[in-house]
Amino acid sequence: MPEFTLKIRRFLPESGEAPYWQEYRVELDGHQSVLEGILKVRAVQDGTLGIRCSCRAAICGSCGVRINGKPRLACNTHLEFAAGHSQEDGMVVVEPMGNMPVVKDLIVDMEAVHWKKIRRVTPWLLPEGEPPEREYVVPHEAMVDVTQSMACIQCGACVSDCLSMEVDPLFIGPAALAKSYRFVGDPRDGQHYERLKDVAEDPHGIYDCTHCFNCIDACPKGVAPMSQIMRLRRAAGNQGIEDRNNGHRHETAFVDNIERNGLLHEADLLPDSYGGKLHPRAVPELLSSLPVITTALARGKVTPRKALLHPHRRHYREVRKLIQSVESKEEPLELNLYITGYEDDVEGTEHEAGETATMREDFEADSQNVASGPQKEPNR
Amino acid sequence: MRVAYWPGCVSRGFTPELHGAMAKVAPLLDLELLELDRAACCGAGVIAEHNQELADTLNARTFALAQRTDGALMMNICSTCQGSMSECQERLDANQDYREQINDNLQGEGLHYQRGVVNKNLAWLLVEDMGLDELRSRVKRPLENLRVGPFYGCYLVRPADRLGIGDAHPRDTYLHLIIEALGGTVIDYAGQYKCCGFPIITMNKEASLKQAGRHLGDAIEADADCLVTPCPLCHLNLDLQQPQAERVIGRDLGMPVLHLPQLLGLALGLSPRELGMSKHVVRPTSVIDWSQSVVAEAA
Repeated sequence: MPEFTLKIRRFLPESGEAPYWQEYRVELDGHQSVLEGILKVRAVQDGTLGIRCSCRAAICGSCGVRINGKPRLACNTHLEFAAGHSQEDGMVVVEPMGNMPVVKDLIVDMEAVHWKKIRRVTPWLLPEGEPPEREYVVPHEAMVDVTQSMACIQCGACVSDCLSMEVDPLFIGPAALAKSYRFVGDPRDGQHYERLKDVAEDPHGIYDCTHCFNCIDACPKGVAPMSQIMRLRRAAGNQGIEDRNNGHRHETAFVDNIERNGLLHEADLLPDSYGGKLHPRAVPELLSSLPVITTALARGKVTPRKALLHPHRRHYREVRKLIQSVESKEEPLELNLYITGYEDDVEGTEHEAGETATMREDFEADSQNVASGPQKEPNR
Repeated sequence: MRVAYWPGCVSRGFTPELHGAMAKVAPLLDLELLELDRAACCGAGVIAEHNQELADTLNARTFALAQRTDGALMMNICSTCQGSMSECQERLDANQDYREQINDNLQGEGLHYQRGVVNKNLAWLLVEDMGLDELRSRVKRPLENLRVGPFYGCYLVRPADRLGIGDAHPRDTYLHLIIEALGGTVIDYAGQYKCCGFPIITMNKEASLKQAGRHLGDAIEADADCLVTPCPLCHLNLDLQQPQAERVIGRDLGMPVLHLPQLLGLALGLSPRELGMSKHVVRPTSVIDWSQSVVAEAA
């Protein structure tokens, strides 16, 4: 049976000692989990090792840890995989999750951070009016949409690696905001506006997400918390909620900027995000940015002519028309791949690295296909 | 190699040195750039957050323009462009009905996006299409003794599935490989895969600059001479805003940050000035010293 080395971060806060690393060797099959490795260490070698676990089947969300620096469930990470992806000569490095205080070794205080934030978003249904005599009837698609956030098992992996929370511990965070969308997306809930207003106005709410995608890669259940946060932002915008964090203003300023210029004109974006160059909100911001602006001018990063005129603008008349026509649609299209899934690849249209056919050849070949009748791509 | 070249907005806006450096480096790599000068902003994730159909339409338009060239593929020089375009492409390529509806929006200009455009960041193209051996063979001045910390930018490394990162294409190691191929020393530090903070600079300036400041500080602790990034938006927060970040975290930094084409240019024999480094807010003193010492040795 193969032998694996587990390098585990040990820490007992009340001991007064600093955290330290300890290595253990265990013999187990490669397809067995890192959790089984840790439990074997605890049973046979060192009864003082702290780990929290329960179902051992990736359902209960108890055994979230960092393995080789990435947040994972210890119970659904194979030893073989972990050793194969080690950055320390095959050693499986296991640490407690981040952004939460350590209780002991691999056990973090979920109550102090994660559960507090979950309770922050009122995580229960608030229906309006009298309940129906029988069941609520809701569109199938709406429920499929919220099942994505309902798949959360509260393991805290996304909270662990949230880069906004790392610098702003008050950020409501990915798990709680995904939970918030679970109710905003639920047609039975009667408080959509209030919920959106709440998380938009909070300076540590939806507009505090730095869009780093860490939570999407961290989640063992495919909840994609950041995508739910973006849906919350879109919904808040659609409901006309003007938050005090400049979130919605920045978004509309950005779109207007591209409509006017085709390419981003940064010199306008900053003041417009605060309501315009002369707006009382913008003045202190612009003053505080003055050193940045003067350095940029002094270094020739920006010239006054470029800052005022934006020389690219004249190329983009078609883009302006296009943006106006899509923006004027009452219900713009939205494709949710979680609901629709992916069509299978069609042979011959995908490139692999190193292929030499040019894009135009492919384009022309494809135009001929179109001429001889479009072929329906097979559905999954 | 001929490529349909998408420079993005910021390389022609607040980081003009990036666009300039790419133009100087391209011939030294035998890259012919067919610039997509009528394509519009990728939306940087913000337009998609506002109106998904609009973001997908603008990027389908850019892909369609790229497909009309005879480039072997489409290349970008911005992590954020790569990430937000890949997001739109994922939807466009996943569903024919959706794609055709988006293509209807493009009819007025006679454009049509055909599924499966290959859009690669410069870093990906160097490793996967040009090859590191070829790159190595073109190096005139190996970056010996230059300690370089990679800063990837979120959009170039996450989400891993969408960006095709895996054992077959370990794209989250490519900057490391490129620095090594150029003869430099890779400096690993805590912030290399983290967020520069730029997306929230107008919403939560303090948190944004804390992020930038922390990563720069980590790179100093790891004894890096400079950082290199394939993302001009990261460059804005790490370089242009660095003096502000110093104030927020209460610490002097002075860490030079190079654009990827600038690092390539140094190794291909160009001078820091030719590569537009005088436009940086943080003077790349360590890089200039290195460059001068190499030139002096050669003389």
